[in-house]
Amino acid sequence: MVKQIAPDLSVRIGKLDLKNPVMVASGTFGYTEEFAPFIDLKKLGAIVTKTITVRPRLGNLPPRTCETPAGMLNSIGLENPGIDKFIGEKLPFLKKLGIPVIVSISSIDDPEEFAVLASRLDKIKEVSALELNISCPNLHKDKLISQDAKDTFELVSLVRKLTQKCLITKLSPNVTSISEIALAAESAGSDAVALINTLSGMSIDVDKRSPKIGSWSGGLSGPATRPVAVKMVWEVHNKIKIPIIGSGGIMDLQSSLEFFIAGASAISVGTANFVNPRVSIEIIAGLKAYLADNDLPDLSALIGSLKACES
Amino acid sequence: MGPEQIKAKITSNKIFKDNYWHLEFESGVIAGRALPGQFVNIKVSDGIEPLLRRPLSIHGIEGSRVRLFYEVLGPGTRILSARKPGELLDVIGPLGNGFSLSGKEQRAGCKAAILVAGGMGGAPLVFLAKKIRSSKPLVLIGARTEKKILCSQEFKALGCSVKIATDDGSSGFKGRVTELLSQVLRQATGDRRLAIYACGPRPMLKAVGKIACENNIDSQLSLEEHMACGIGACLGCVVATKSGYRKVCKDGPVFSGKELTW
Repeated sequence: MVKQIAPDLSVRIGKLDLKNPVMVASGTFGYTEEFAPFIDLKKLGAIVTKTITVRPRLGNLPPRTCETPAGMLNSIGLENPGIDKFIGEKLPFLKKLGIPVIVSISSIDDPEEFAVLASRLDKIKEVSALELNISCPNLHKDKLISQDAKDTFELVSLVRKLTQKCLITKLSPNVTSISEIALAAESAGSDAVALINTLSGMSIDVDKRSPKIGSWSGGLSGPATRPVAVKMVWEVHNKIKIPIIGSGGIMDLQSSLEFFIAGASAISVGTANFVNPRVSIEIIAGLKAYLADNDLPDLSALIGSLKACES
Repeated sequence: MGPEQIKAKITSNKIFKDNYWHLEFESGVIAGRALPGQFVNIKVSDGIEPLLRRPLSIHGIEGSRVRLFYEVLGPGTRILSARKPGELLDVIGPLGNGFSLSGKEQRAGCKAAILVAGGMGGAPLVFLAKKIRSSKPLVLIGARTEKKILCSQEFKALGCSVKIATDDGSSGFKGRVTELLSQVLRQATGDRRLAIYACGPRPMLKAVGKIACENNIDSQLSLEEHMACGIGACLGCVVATKSGYRKVCKDGPVFSGKELTW
């Protein structure tokens, strides 16, 4: 018997080294404090904050969430305290954790606000990376930046000039060709892409004949979205060279494995955090056991290992 | 002390009447920390259907047992009602900010408490009544009809005086419980300051808050809301207040009537 070496879960996402590939998705983990009673936050691979904007935002009219088959809709509308309060009140707690902090940034309609946010966050040592949220479906806009390859290229290029930090571009699944958008992000200098954000959706209360969400429609998340996400990760993996952070309905080890096999170098857990606050930690432990059981020294042999069905 | 995620053993789960059920589970941690107005968030099944937890207010604490009172309304609560004693229930709690009670209020002879319960709103108010029973609270229960009156026996057993309002007049005052509240306030005598604690449907709570303000009485209103996370992370269950949107799950579910702008 050869003694097994403990598997190495570390991955590199652009300039960012993660001790394990499990992060928590923006908007599902607050600014982290909320989860402190339930898990050892230091065990996470990275945390992605709730999106921040330049100015505080009240967010959308309630009701803001509803349950759907194997999923949920949300339309929070980027409620956040704005960058000043984020830096003053939320960041100190995150800094103390000693794990990579990825700050999600956005703007409703002004690319220059991305520039302001990136410039300010670039100066903060403990901010490990920026995630460009150009794919939030709840801003009542006809078209998102990530629904246009040229707009995506321009926005990523603009931010790229302002920061050396690892840049992650989060993409919307509501497009004709996700590869085209991912390629635009890559060629503009994004270090990685995160996919997918939520799918635009609607649910109706038939008794009232009104939408279940105050702002009519919302973003669909949860296990119902997983096949869409896995397919997009696989498609994009075959087209780009930069790493992919996969997300969409990851609920447990098994579903996280689908993403690695499809080509994701890391994953982010979203809606599942609401259901089971411990899920990300359970997936990390599960991954370690899975690699050991399969005699894999690290994740490299797993990532993008999808092969054709055997007949 | 904050909330914990616990696998708690169900000790009983019984129908009370119609669609109304009592469930008890064993958790020294939650029982030891829970305050009236707080809630627990329950994963009713292991699978992804339904996906989200179900928030249920704490109805009572007996030793290390936590008692819930719930109505079977949809697939989630139907699954919960089929859970058997001995099974483990995935529970997060205690959650939220409950009724704020100064030490004085828990003793007799300070504020006279009026509890206003609409429908299932009695569930958390029974727990509150037990905590402040020595001040002999007055409980007003509203229901559509006599058959729908809930918790009146429990309140009486705690020594509360109970008045009923039914929409159809089949029991007690004919009309809304908020009209009964106005009547009670008009007739109120004595020099004890009043305090109102209410839980029930949103239109009722709005009316209670308004009546309390008009009479210059403090009111604490416990809101019911669909929640995704229950721990303050998703910002889904917000309510409009004088200080902007606040989270029902974490800043509430109990809010001062003066604070809410709905």
